[in-house]
Amino acid sequence: MGEDALVIGVGNPDRGDDGAGVAVLAHLQGRLPGGVRLVRLSGADPAHIIEAWQGAGTVFLVDAMVSGAPVGTWRRFDAAAEPLPAEVSLASTHALGAGAAIEMARVLGRLPQALTVYAIEGATFSVGVPMGGAVAAGAAEVANQILEEVQRA
Amino acid sequence: MSTPSKPETRAISVDYLARVEGEGSLKARVRDGKAEITEFGIFEPPRFYEAFLRGRRFGDAPDITARICGICPIAYQMSSVHAMESILGVKMEGALRELRRLIYCGEWIESHVLHAFMLHLPDFLGYQSAIHMAADHRAAVEKALKLKKFGNDIVALLGGREIHPVNVKVGGWYKVPTKKQLLEMVPNLEWALDAATWAVEFTAGLPFPEVEQDYEYVSVCHPDEYPYNEGRLVSNKGIDIPASEWNQVFEEVHVARSNALQSKVRERGSYHVGPLARYSLNFEKLSPRVQRLAAAAGLGPTCFNPFKSIVVRCLETVHAVEEALRIIDAYEPPSRPDVPFVVKAGEGHGATEAPRGMLYHRYRLDDQGYILDAQIAPPTAQSQMCIEDDLRLVLEASLDLSDDDLQWRLEQTIRNYDPCISCATHFLKVEIDRG
Repeated sequence: MGEDALVIGVGNPDRGDDGAGVAVLAHLQGRLPGGVRLVRLSGADPAHIIEAWQGAGTVFLVDAMVSGAPVGTWRRFDAAAEPLPAEVSLASTHALGAGAAIEMARVLGRLPQALTVYAIEGATFSVGVPMGGAVAAGAAEVANQILEEVQRA
Repeated sequence: MSTPSKPETRAISVDYLARVEGEGSLKARVRDGKAEITEFGIFEPPRFYEAFLRGRRFGDAPDITARICGICPIAYQMSSVHAMESILGVKMEGALRELRRLIYCGEWIESHVLHAFMLHLPDFLGYQSAIHMAADHRAAVEKALKLKKFGNDIVALLGGREIHPVNVKVGGWYKVPTKKQLLEMVPNLEWALDAATWAVEFTAGLPFPEVEQDYEYVSVCHPDEYPYNEGRLVSNKGIDIPASEWNQVFEEVHVARSNALQSKVRERGSYHVGPLARYSLNFEKLSPRVQRLAAAAGLGPTCFNPFKSIVVRCLETVHAVEEALRIIDAYEPPSRPDVPFVVKAGEGHGATEAPRGMLYHRYRLDDQGYILDAQIAPPTAQSQMCIEDDLRLVLEASLDLSDDDLQWRLEQTIRNYDPCISCATHFLKVEIDRG
């Protein structure tokens, strides 16, 4: 994996478990090989997301999800191959949400070659509430997974 | 529509953002053709931030309040810095003031284009979402995304970064751009002027319901400029006050049916902030080009049809691009990025025009510059009663629609306002008790 990889963390750390994506970025800070960029997005409108990954061949996108799974559970999806399963809703407390942004990019032919989505199940998205312990643990695991994938490539 | 023999609450849809507590719910009761809104929650007020600000230094307010909204952080920064500067006796002038207008232009462009094309337009063209629309209207969506990006570029250059910009501070800026940096945006903005003009023409051709409402429009009004940062608060029904009198004329009330504080004109009731209000109260300050485009789009100097807000957003986008080009052309970097001031105690007010309407901030500082209390009245809370009025009328006029169509019509009615939580395609949990 070379110059053209990036990790996008989506979410608002002021809103409880919505901060999962940003927490993963914090874990990765300083641990990735040079050339892998970290990008933080508070929301996920298509213009921001599509612009963020423009020119990148390999993209990891991390977000909170609401799917009914136990809180803190994480799942990995190959979003370049197919849309996220219907039961997975990437949690957006604002804008269209990362899932919609990915599908908009797919329609417009603007997806990166490789797009891996890591989604961490959240439960509480209220303003001013801290992120739950299970979500924080899930974020640490996802960071290790991404690190492993980057190092393996 | 058949009438059930006994009262029945019909759940029309449950979806999507309902998972975010307190947001996106509407319950109504209809009896003898008259609708009553019994519960309505589309927006969470920034109470947490008001509390979080207490005890912080005055200089923290712009960056903390910018986190309230991922779509309009500049508006929060602007209302907070102007409120603080009114306490500290700081006056923004010359290039520093122009740069404040320029960054606001960027936010208007990106926010208006996002709303008009990604959220509002699918309603008019009969698509479930922008994604479905993009498959058939790819060129239009691509053009809108590119136009929006040029708004993002202005915010990123002046704000230091696109998301939650950090370069604005009480007293001016941390760093100002060079003339060369601004000039590099000119070719893109010239393209944007054509694209925004196309957007006006495109949206003017949409089918609009013939609806007019007797709104009380409220916006910031400046004697010489279409409003962004500075001016008095004016309405079409007699209000004309400085921002410092906001609490004398308006009040925030808790309503049992809503989680949010709702604002009203004391003794009178609902009022409407946003593009339609700005346009109708400040038409003569728009450029000749925008006025000509408005006339060609079939709009007069005022507009009371909430559905036509999509055209007005595009007109304001043209205005913002023109204004950005004017500011860049005249720009000479200031000798320093900020003006000095002495910290002191006091109370200050800031009212500026967020893309979705007037945003009011009030702060009280102690003599060390620590915040004693903060009040933030976002545009969505200010327009909320008006949205309820519209929903009631739409409900009463649309009772013969199927549940799905009614749900869609109600969401469209809310989207006319571009409220902070209008973003999801289907965001509303609706229950109508049809009696």
